Amino acid sequence: MSLQTSAVESGGEPGPGEDIPEKKGASGGGARDRVASLLSGSAGRNMGLVVALLLLCVIGLITAGDRFANVDNMMTVLRLASVIGVVSVGMTFVITGGGIDLSVGAIVALASVWATTLATQTMANDFHWILMVTTALMVGAGCGLVNGLLIAYGRMAAFIVTLAMLAAARGLAEIIADKKTQVVTVSPFLDFFRGSLFGVPRLVIIFALVAVGGWVLLNRTAFGRRTLAVGGNPEAARLAGINVKRHQTMLYVLLGVACGIAAVMLMARTTAGTSTHGTLYELDAIAAVVIGGTLLSGGRGTIVGTVFGVLIFTTLTNVFTLNNLDTSTQAVAKGAIIVIAVLLQQRMAARSSPG
Amino acid sequence: MSRTARTRRTRILTRVGALTAVAALAVGCTSNTATDDDGDDDAPAAVSDNDETGDTVVIGFSGPAADHGWLAAINSAAESEAEKYDDIDFRLAEGTNDPSAQISHVETFINEGVDAIVLLPTDGAALTEVAIEAMQAGIPVINVDREFSSEFAARTTILGDNYGMGVSAGTYACQLVEENDLGDAVIAEIAGIDSLPLTQDRSQGFEDALAECGQDVDRRVAAEFTVESGEAAASNLLQAASEIDIIWNHDDDQGVGVKAAFENADRDEFFFIGGAGSANAMRWIQEGTMEATVLYPPTQAADGVRLARLLAQEKGLADLVQVEVPRRVVLNAPVVNADNVEQYLPLGFES
Repeated sequence: MSLQTSAVESGGEPGPGEDIPEKKGASGGGARDRVASLLSGSAGRNMGLVVALLLLCVIGLITAGDRFANVDNMMTVLRLASVIGVVSVGMTFVITGGGIDLSVGAIVALASVWATTLATQTMANDFHWILMVTTALMVGAGCGLVNGLLIAYGRMAAFIVTLAMLAAARGLAEIIADKKTQVVTVSPFLDFFRGSLFGVPRLVIIFALVAVGGWVLLNRTAFGRRTLAVGGNPEAARLAGINVKRHQTMLYVLLGVACGIAAVMLMARTTAGTSTHGTLYELDAIAAVVIGGTLLSGGRGTIVGTVFGVLIFTTLTNVFTLNNLDTSTQAVAKGAIIVIAVLLQQRMAARSSPG
Repeated sequence: MSRTARTRRTRILTRVGALTAVAALAVGCTSNTATDDDGDDDAPAAVSDNDETGDTVVIGFSGPAADHGWLAAINSAAESEAEKYDDIDFRLAEGTNDPSAQISHVETFINEGVDAIVLLPTDGAALTEVAIEAMQAGIPVINVDREFSSEFAARTTILGDNYGMGVSAGTYACQLVEENDLGDAVIAEIAGIDSLPLTQDRSQGFEDALAECGQDVDRRVAAEFTVESGEAAASNLLQAASEIDIIWNHDDDQGVGVKAAFENADRDEFFFIGGAGSANAMRWIQEGTMEATVLYPPTQAADGVRLARLLAQEKGLADLVQVEVPRRVVLNAPVVNADNVEQYLPLGFES
């Protein structure tokens, strides 16, 4: 364990996106120093995103006023962000670990279809809706396991394996659903997931739990440190005693489970399971993760940044809709925002890192 | 292969992936297949000797891959229509979204010397040349839904009316405004994939019809013909306007999501009008949670098969005085509401 920790220390630090060379060389740095460095590191790195999001909110406030700044609208934005948010948190792990997954949208579709077949829904009616949830989670985990095994043990490129999964999973979803929209009729399921707790939609709470859980897992556990190590330098991680292949596989399973959760949320949000669910999630999730500041080549990851990345996109669409602007303008703005957010982020990060 | 080399390649690949991601986001994420929903009306068969068994004719049918409810319904309706006639030898080419594959399907039909070809092209312009070849070989081509770019490519064209759908929806909205005394009503529109001509036609028709009664579209959002995109677009739309009088949603497939968004936001103060005419929409109309839907029914290819049979057997349309099958049939886009839903329910497709 100590071996691993020291290997990680050289590859990256627990802060949500550091690699700023102010890290203490001594592994036993004081707790206060650690917190201070983490704050300056994470705040610096995320400042660009915070500014971008604030800017968007100001624009929303000026142009749409009360319609933007009310609790209902906030909850709508958060609810819309929650499904892709859960996938993006999972994606952060895979990318931090040096991988990539293009099949997330297809896995979401397959999980949603499998969990809403007539057979599953009948059983759920007889037994409990939790059956639909476990079906979705297991389908997600299963797809992730296939991805992971092929990539880690089959020595195939992640890009290719998950591209194949993208095609296969969506195809299978179409076969199972017969290209139809399967409407969810299990009302206790809908009542639960569409309900609220203290005025906050349950979907948003699930997203928050996943994000916090992801943050703890990445920043506060051996699993997280190994993820950074494997993504930063797999060879060094292997020499440090980490079972790299098993760890890579676990990352894809983790993302698969996240897709399963997202499928359940989507089933509740849309009251349906269909093979068209999750269209282009792979691109949205990768974009959110990368804008958030996670290195596409692995070794550095930030959950906080990812959450900001997702919120920026969702808020953008919301502000545009409130102002009745057309989709083509939105697309141009989306492209511009990606560039601006990344530029801001680089500038801020450069400034916050001590010269 | 060395580990470093492999890592490097993975990195290059991931970078390519990111570039692709950014590029796709920048153009607005529209990779969905074009969905069109068509409204035709299956008129009762004319009482004539047309339906009596005649010379056996071979009819080839080729259409796009049935990747969503409406297209799946198109294919199955065409197939089951052909089965009704003993004198039709039906050749069904495998559905494809690749124009070059579809061209080779048509070439095969020409080589086989079929008596007529019913063609719903993946892309009208791309299939025009091969359709002309078929016509020159003496095989009548019946063009369904997506038009060829040349007059010489088809003997008969049968298609739905997207502009007409918009007009029907707009006219119905005008009627609702008048009946309910809504004055300057707040009217919202949830379109399908915005870059498609069919979406633009529908929106144009809607706008023009509303202008006739002095109304306009106050709020417009676009979804992508999927349930999920419908939910997202509608959720934002509802936040944009606290009071809406009428909402027209172009497509009942995405309507499942649109309706879920209404329920999520607990809003029902408006009249909800749909488009396409799915079985789901008709059931909502029956239970009173939807005001109406505008048909773009999936029976055009079935009508195409019937017309192909008549052409091959050298018969005309019995209800017309003219002895030949017309050159062009544009199907009506009627409004289905609580008054006539029972009549249209059999036409509703499961989406």
